[in-house]
Amino acid sequence: MTQPSSLAASAPLLSLQEVGKTFTMHLRGGVRLPVVNNVELELHPGECAVLAGPSGIGKSSILRMVYGNYSVDHGRILIRNRENGQLEDIASGDPRTILESRRHTIAYVSQFLRAIPRVSAIEVVAEPLRAAGWERDAARQRAQDLLQRLNLPSALFDLPPATFSGGEKQRVNIARGFATDHPLLLLDEPTASLDAHNREVVVEMIEEKLRCGTAILGIFHDETVRDRVATRTIDVSGFSAREAA
Amino acid sequence: MTKASPLPDYNFAYLDEGTKRMIRRAVLKAIAIPGYQVPFASREMPMPYGWGTGGVQVTASIIGPTDVLKVIDQGADDTINAVSIRSFFQKTAAVQTTTHTNEASIIQTRHRIPETPLRADQILVYQVPIPEPLRFLEPRETETRTMHALEEYGLMHVKLYEDIARHDHIATTYAYPVKVAGRYVMDPSPIPKFDNPKMDRSPALQLFGAGREKRIYALPPFIEVKSLDFEDHPFSIQRFDKPCALCGAEGVYLDEVITDDRGGRMFVCSDTDHCQSRLTQGQGPTGPLASSGEEAGR
Amino acid sequence: MSRQPILTVGNLEKRYGARIGCTEVSFDLWPGEVLAIVGESGSGKTTLLNCISGRLARSAGSVRYRMRDGVIRELADLGEAELRFLMRTDWGFVHQNPADGLRMRVSAGGNVGERLMAVGERHYGCIRRTASDWLGRVEIAGDRIDDQPIAFSGGMRQRLQIARNLVTRPRLLFMDEPTGGLDVSVQARVLDLLRGLVSDLGLAVVIVTHDLAVARLLSQRLLVMKEGRVVESGLTDRVLDDPHHPYSQLLVASIPEA
Repeated sequence: MTQPSSLAASAPLLSLQEVGKTFTMHLRGGVRLPVVNNVELELHPGECAVLAGPSGIGKSSILRMVYGNYSVDHGRILIRNRENGQLEDIASGDPRTILESRRHTIAYVSQFLRAIPRVSAIEVVAEPLRAAGWERDAARQRAQDLLQRLNLPSALFDLPPATFSGGEKQRVNIARGFATDHPLLLLDEPTASLDAHNREVVVEMIEEKLRCGTAILGIFHDETVRDRVATRTIDVSGFSAREAA
Repeated sequence: MTKASPLPDYNFAYLDEGTKRMIRRAVLKAIAIPGYQVPFASREMPMPYGWGTGGVQVTASIIGPTDVLKVIDQGADDTINAVSIRSFFQKTAAVQTTTHTNEASIIQTRHRIPETPLRADQILVYQVPIPEPLRFLEPRETETRTMHALEEYGLMHVKLYEDIARHDHIATTYAYPVKVAGRYVMDPSPIPKFDNPKMDRSPALQLFGAGREKRIYALPPFIEVKSLDFEDHPFSIQRFDKPCALCGAEGVYLDEVITDDRGGRMFVCSDTDHCQSRLTQGQGPTGPLASSGEEAGR
Repeated sequence: MSRQPILTVGNLEKRYGARIGCTEVSFDLWPGEVLAIVGESGSGKTTLLNCISGRLARSAGSVRYRMRDGVIRELADLGEAELRFLMRTDWGFVHQNPADGLRMRVSAGGNVGERLMAVGERHYGCIRRTASDWLGRVEIAGDRIDDQPIAFSGGMRQRLQIARNLVTRPRLLFMDEPTGGLDVSVQARVLDLLRGLVSDLGLAVVIVTHDLAVARLLSQRLLVMKEGRVVESGLTDRVLDDPHHPYSQLLVASIPEA
């Protein structure tokens, strides 16, 4: 993996331009629910931008749009391709562009882990590494190290997370998001269901990522965590389409 | 032609000339495409299906007044099926018949090839119950035809694979499938696989008739006939530990004959003409071999 | 991922007289990619699958396939022999009912070995070793190799069908409701197995299912069909988490948790 080093510090890794989204609920008579309007933001390597604002304002939706999980109605979401330095538009919705960026550029820790039947915790964590081209054993080793660091009992490593507690599932989810060295990391309340000790571990892991130049876009309701990691706060209420509507 | 027949109401050799022409055309096509099953308009014959109606129609279409006919059933000239068919042609065509392989110009057979090697001036006519070698595993006729057309013969080996998996060797002992001239896979009719090598490059013309299934196929003289097998399980024929209990012949196909109701049995030539000829020439078993079968039975 | 699609479907249509089986269907499929076609029964998804896989003649449109030698061929231009060869070497087809895809009276080993014999393998020992290796990969115990599928459970039959299809290392696999008739626990096992094999072998897959959970688990891309037309398509998680078309929204809303 070659980093286009000359650009690394200056050029944005992620750039949202005039991004807007509205949900149309056909099952409820076609009612339109505007989510965000004119979202403008840029993210550079090594910074942690925190999306702030009251709940329901569209913070998670912005993360999901960047990850390609939600479609985008207006504007562009440009992501710098790790391989060739080119900017690619996630907002186009092209599945291959999005899959490719997930494989090498964007990592995402969602609020809830979606468990897959019969797939063990360690495999869940190793999966993004395997997708990025890691050998099986190396990927499993790294997955194991991360789960250990997050204090997941080792007896759980080879079990599918479906039956885990909320905190255990969340740690598996965090380990999965942090496993790769993707340059862009999206965090949606990663510490919500963690105890103080594990929250501290996650904060340390975030700080390490930032030192390595990873750009982070996150949502943290926990103010102490937010104050520790944020390099910048973006108030999403300014983009909210609900107030404008 | 009718003057040759003692039954004036019937045409020579029972079938009308139009039918014979139709069958001859099928035979010619079969010879031209060795191993390919040619459909033909099989007629009702005065005998039930399974008694050789296919072979009889082929014989009736190729036989002439000067032919000498031999008919065998499992190698024997004197079983009911062989006797009936022989007398059928004696009555309808008034041809000369024989039990000696080397005197016959046409030999109609059910499930054997004579031990005496055949010559270029002889024709062997087989009676065939099921002409389609793929039938066991693929019941659809449309599909088997396509498989032949496209030379998709993997299925044939599946059958042999199943044999080895179940019995540690290829347990198919009769109707053993062959490939003709590197192209068509063919069912040689239920002859013992012992006879398979006799088909290969035989100087005699070999014709196969299936009356109920309405198919004719053929092996022209000197055609290559190869029995299917696996590299690590090559084709092999049956071997018999002892010679014929009557004539002492070795390297021939033997039938088991039950001699009493106490388990006594012996093994004798399946080809009765071959056995008889050897006995008339004064050959016979040596020493205690004649009774060995009975000993084994105790 | 490769730069060229392995399969390109353009404006495909199948009509039964005046009735539409499917129409105006276009998509590309790349190597290593799993495409799910969802929709309720009668939506035309199985018709579409059969048209793409050469099992049903289409009324209009094109289906182009990139052969192993890199040459792109229109399937309608292939001779029957070529198409059938493709089907039993470079392609696989997993039926919903294993009895449609297996020889029920041939041993498990013979079922797996058939494709090898069809492409000319004539060494019994090799065939058996390969068959036994594949039975292991689909988690069928080695001592069942000589048993007929008639004696297998539904889940085992389905796994055997998968092994039988993959033994020639195809590049493209078609699946029609592969977990349709199975219990939930058995389904999970088959799905897990498929997931692993698809990623290990880098297979391209077109899977038809009415089960959105199956689609989410296996596929990267999704086509939603209704009345013979594709009403929505895109990244699987995008379509399931942010469905746009009224019918997609109805589908997603109709299940407890996809």
